[in-house]
Amino acid sequence: MHAGVIVFPGSNCDRDLAMAFEAAGAKVSMIWHKETELPAGLDIIGVPGGFSYGDYLRCGAIAAQSPICREMVRFAGRGGHVLGICNGFQVLTETGLLPGALMRNAGLKFVCRTVTLRVETADSPFTRGYEEGQEVRLPVAHHDGNYTAGEAVLERLEGEGRVAFRYFDNPNGSANDIAGILDENRRVLGLMPHPERAIDPLQGGTDGQAMFAALAAVLEPA
Amino acid sequence: MKARVQVMLRQGVLDPQGEAVRHALAALGFEGVESVRQGKVIELELAESDPAKAEAQVREMCEKLLANTVIESYRVEIG
Repeated sequence: MHAGVIVFPGSNCDRDLAMAFEAAGAKVSMIWHKETELPAGLDIIGVPGGFSYGDYLRCGAIAAQSPICREMVRFAGRGGHVLGICNGFQVLTETGLLPGALMRNAGLKFVCRTVTLRVETADSPFTRGYEEGQEVRLPVAHHDGNYTAGEAVLERLEGEGRVAFRYFDNPNGSANDIAGILDENRRVLGLMPHPERAIDPLQGGTDGQAMFAALAAVLEPA
Repeated sequence: MKARVQVMLRQGVLDPQGEAVRHALAALGFEGVESVRQGKVIELELAESDPAKAEAQVREMCEKLLANTVIESYRVEIG
């Protein structure tokens, strides 16, 4: 598996994400936001957490317009996989790769703690290492994680089994307790919790490992 | 030519920041504030001198970047 991790000014989970991919056996290329071409032979792009461009205008809005993100959208259109975590999820909604938007947390506070999630579908390259209904514990750390979408979009996400993770104890006001969603091809996942911060017992948990292991199994050329 | 864009959360979308401001106003003794909505104003200086073209340009900017129309609405004033 060859993973590319996009680095924006203000990204701060890029190295954690690279380490998570590497721990699963991936070759990782860091991609600076000013690049206009993706490295050759990428299987997956990771969009990391942080505060790209200082969250100016709206979280993820400026990043979504960067040339490298336009390349990322083309990559996804060609069948590439994309994983957006936290700010990366915000970027993916701003590019239109995923529907809806992430608003200010309903409680207005920055929420930083480990939360319990329910895996809602094992039918994706990201979640096939989990069982549907499995409970996992992953850290969240965000101010704008309140997932919002129109009724029709929510119905479609639910109807097509595209809600990948749901909060047990909703920390931010997200519609339908949504923590992460898939695109219609199930090759793009955006989620607010941080699987890359739960891959080693030293981090306090290893529930994120299964996501990277599953991706490696799917994307490793035979 | 100057343009002024007002971006607000759409009607019906809960504005938690506006709500917090409303509570703070009540705590200060301002009574009867029934609702507060908070938004942002973006001012632009444009080289374009034709108002209709300028407005079309700014509307396109709103659709592509300045507003997220999933949750926000915008209003454009020219001149």
